[in-house]
Amino acid sequence: MSLDYQQYLSKTAIDLAPSGIRKFFDLAASMEGVISLGVGEPDFITPWNIRESSIEALKDGYTSYTANAGLLELRQEISAYLNRKFYVNYRPEDQVIVTVGASQSLDLAFRALLNQGDEVLIIEPAFVSYAALVTMAGGTPIRIAAKVENGFKVTPEQIEAAITDRTKAILLCSPNNPTGTYLNKDELMDIAKIVQKHDLLVVSDEIYAELTYDEEYTSIASIPGMYERTILINGFSKGFAMTGWRLGFLAAPSELVEVMIKIYQYTTMCAPHMLQRGAIEALRNSSEHVEKMQRSYRRRRNFIVQSLNNIGLDCHTPGGAFYVFPSIQKTGLSSDAFAEGLLLQEKVAVVPGNAFGDSGEGYIRCSYAASIEQLQEAMNRIGRFVESVGVKKSNVFDKVL
Amino acid sequence: MKLTNEELELLAILEENHKVSNESIAMQLGTSVKHVQQLLDKLEKENVIVSYPTLIDWNKIAGKETIVAMIDVKVTPQRGVGFDELAERIYLYDEVRSLYLMSGTYDLSVTVEGKTLKEIALFVSNKLATIENVISTTTHFMLKKYKHDGVIIEGNEGKDRRMVVSP
Repeated sequence: MSLDYQQYLSKTAIDLAPSGIRKFFDLAASMEGVISLGVGEPDFITPWNIRESSIEALKDGYTSYTANAGLLELRQEISAYLNRKFYVNYRPEDQVIVTVGASQSLDLAFRALLNQGDEVLIIEPAFVSYAALVTMAGGTPIRIAAKVENGFKVTPEQIEAAITDRTKAILLCSPNNPTGTYLNKDELMDIAKIVQKHDLLVVSDEIYAELTYDEEYTSIASIPGMYERTILINGFSKGFAMTGWRLGFLAAPSELVEVMIKIYQYTTMCAPHMLQRGAIEALRNSSEHVEKMQRSYRRRRNFIVQSLNNIGLDCHTPGGAFYVFPSIQKTGLSSDAFAEGLLLQEKVAVVPGNAFGDSGEGYIRCSYAASIEQLQEAMNRIGRFVESVGVKKSNVFDKVL
Repeated sequence: MKLTNEELELLAILEENHKVSNESIAMQLGTSVKHVQQLLDKLEKENVIVSYPTLIDWNKIAGKETIVAMIDVKVTPQRGVGFDELAERIYLYDEVRSLYLMSGTYDLSVTVEGKTLKEIALFVSNKLATIENVISTTTHFMLKKYKHDGVIIEGNEGKDRRMVVSP
């Protein structure tokens, strides 16, 4: 007898939108000789000194639980790091939690903040998990479409227009996945004003903060009046090339941390002990590695932006992360059709922009966390593909020059 | 000499792979091909970029296998010219692949390449050791090359283990 599983499953879970990346992954993974610009993680391996620290930790028997919030020694390093990089002060004892990836920090934040029906503003195109995390926590995601003409930045008017009396928080991600857009200090101050005026909180996903290329990073928590309204989320995945370690952290006022730590202790207990030891090494002795990787990404960003524009796919220059988000509208194809055609015809994997929200339709996400040789070859192939489907050559550079 | 950030970036690109085209360099630096050529000309002229050698694993090629020895050499420095004149006498031999003046228990570190053990032994006994002011030599034969000039020769480091598509 086969059961009707639908009747056992939660409606919230059933109604979650399937990830737009999933089906694409299956197709790309089944093919040989694919150059992938679809990877949302660094192409660097974690620096050896960090790996070695965790190997030593394992050898030395660091296999027990740690405090729920993570090793105090690690939280002290996180606190010092946040202070020296972003000029914010958090007490390691009661204002920092080490989580299993930054994703879990987001989950804790929404679970701690949201009552049924509370609204969270999400600026799209956005990381695929945000809306689902809000929904799973009982909240309602309210999507605001950032426009390409504003450099994929949301305007204060757009935010104001989306606020209702159920709005509790706004989720920011700068630099952004998938557009790479970076919000500078002035733009954050504009947002801060609205947040204060409407008495909201900010959940700030700063996982790409280390990968900011044109100016020093500003955390919204460092803006006057915002420290008490911000849950700052960051981690080791992107800047330190530690995605598979699943290590992130959050920093927030102790009244919020106290509640989040309660949820954390019941769901996860703590992040893996031996990996936390490696994270201590990452924060103490890896700034040169991080800077070297950052410079390498910056060069590749310059390369890919110009290449795509030369091909005829209009592409703005993003301030951070390792993504570009070119428009494919001149080809007349939908994002899905473009990505699928490109994969089947030229074996280059990119992610259709609509996987990151409806406003991503007409765009594709290309990750440049690939070697310059791979990028060069991918650009050759994309050029051929675009030519085969037909597009007018861009004249953006003529305009600039 | 103080270099600009752009020049340092250029060197970082070339240090990784000098085969990269000037067009690619220009795009990576966000500048013109002409400007890249100007930077290269300057850096070459100043001898900041000394040469563009290629790392070849000769031992993969039948009949081209080589034996490498690192020789610690103790010498008596000469009045007036110190170690330099002696160093020149040594580095002018084709067999010598590298030569460094060292601190510590010996003075010169000489890397010598040859086809056979005998060839290297003859070089040391007939040429190197007979040079006036060379006090002693200690020869170490290289058994296996794991990493050379920052490049790992074999191994899995750098292998891409990522999934093809991820959010």
